[in-house]
Amino acid sequence: MNAEDKQKSDTIISTKDLNVWYDDFQALIDVTMDIPEKSITALIGPSGCGKSTFLRTLNRMNDLIESAKTTGSVLYRDQDIFHSSMEVSELRRHIGMVFQKPNPFPMSVYDNVAYGPRTHGTKSRAKLDDIVERSLRGAAIWDEVRDKLRQNALGLSGGQQQRLCIARALAVQPDVLLMDEPTSALDPISTTKIEELILQLKENYTIIIVTHNMQQALRISDGTAFFLLGDLVEYGSTDIIFSTPSDKRTEDYITGRFG
Amino acid sequence: MTRKKQNTMQENIKRKRVERIIHGIFLMLGLITVGCVLLITIYLVVSGIPAMRTIGLKEFLLGRKWASTAAEPKYGILPFILTSIYGTSGAILLGVPVGFFAAVYIAKIAKGKIKWLLQSAVGMLAGVPSVVYGLVGMMVLVPWIRKLFKVPDGSGLLASIIVLAVMILPSIIKVSVTALEAVPPEYEEASLALGATPIETYFRVSVPSARSGIAAAVVLGVGRAIGEAMAVMMVAGNAPNMPSLFESVRFLTTAVASEMSYSSGLQRQALFSIALVLYFFIMLINAALNFFLKRGNVKKL
Repeated sequence: MNAEDKQKSDTIISTKDLNVWYDDFQALIDVTMDIPEKSITALIGPSGCGKSTFLRTLNRMNDLIESAKTTGSVLYRDQDIFHSSMEVSELRRHIGMVFQKPNPFPMSVYDNVAYGPRTHGTKSRAKLDDIVERSLRGAAIWDEVRDKLRQNALGLSGGQQQRLCIARALAVQPDVLLMDEPTSALDPISTTKIEELILQLKENYTIIIVTHNMQQALRISDGTAFFLLGDLVEYGSTDIIFSTPSDKRTEDYITGRFG
Repeated sequence: MTRKKQNTMQENIKRKRVERIIHGIFLMLGLITVGCVLLITIYLVVSGIPAMRTIGLKEFLLGRKWASTAAEPKYGILPFILTSIYGTSGAILLGVPVGFFAAVYIAKIAKGKIKWLLQSAVGMLAGVPSVVYGLVGMMVLVPWIRKLFKVPDGSGLLASIIVLAVMILPSIIKVSVTALEAVPPEYEEASLALGATPIETYFRVSVPSARSGIAAAVVLGVGRAIGEAMAVMMVAGNAPNMPSLFESVRFLTTAVASEMSYSSGLQRQALFSIALVLYFFIMLINAALNFFLKRGNVKKL
């Protein structure tokens, strides 16, 4: 009872009866889910199960897909993100995103990180220097790029590019970080580094991560949500989901019987 | 060795020979282009140099007076050079902003029917023959300038600039749209996800990523403008004055075109020299274009 109360008070994002269609195809069906603050929530499930759609709905990046239609509600800190008074760019500033494929801009390392703050009006050189360093440190990549700040970011390795993208997201001081399979394009060593980084980031940020890697979900997440064909089948603490899932389909998936 | 095997070997040799012959034919066809360029270059240099020698290079390029049929002829082409440069710059100054923003709109903002409408309009504008541009300029634009600015004659540099600006729009728009559409959507997504608005994203991410293509588009526009003869001939007035917005002017192209039919002797040779100067400008522009296109390729890798 106590634990439940605590979780409720810490909820940062909560969805209710969230449905998403792409034309006639329903990608999410009545998803109701509360996501606690300063924790790592993993979204798992086979390809096409709706987990990425769910993730991209949370900062309304799904708006970019013209055929997408959404019903239901998503509350971020008790504000309806679909309400007409919600400024989408403001929402995305608070709910940042890291993509599957590292996608630094074709600019210098420095300009990549400074992009967000500059866009939001920070002009002072000293302030920007400070933000860039802090963000790169926060993404555990400062030591590797401190001498390369003026070099084109596309010259970095894939793992470095992804951590740069995380630094770029941190630079606008978000509240929540959405990560869409952030390590699926990376080698094992880079993956380990990013996982360690995500665990560190939990101190200050709420992280929601889509992953195809069961081990990864088990290693880093506090809560796990299993999606199947647009349904949120089971959601709970990662330990319980992976040890004693209550739904047969969850068990089948995590033991590798399908997907 | 069996007979069959021998046959296949012969067959192979024959095939290789056919391959080689076809290869040779294609090479020859390709060389025709190179041959044409070489021929034109050599012809222009050979026939353009003598007049420059006779007149004197400085006198020719920097002379402010062109009077080829006077009793004491003068062959100074500075008015033509400056008119071509001013006219082209003016057209770029007017055409590039319009073309650039139109390209951003078409490539990034316009959707559905509006996008289709704009794109077909640009395509049609590209297909309008230059004599039609000249005709409309002459019948509509020139009288309009005359009335609006209260000048005795509306034809001149301003009319030419406006006609040229419209004429270069399609090349600028088409090439810029292609460059903007080639920007990886991941860049734009990353920007939007950082809380940038769509407009901020287009100008801070998409345009900078497409800049070498857009630069190539501008250079292409410069090339079209400086090489255009027919349309400007109809609206420029064609008197060899030093360039001035409301006065009759002559471009490098129209200088050649307007006198060629009745020229002779040194006058004719001087016209070849003008063509050589024009050719030199075009070569410069081509070099610039190649530079931008190459840089674009390197960046994509």
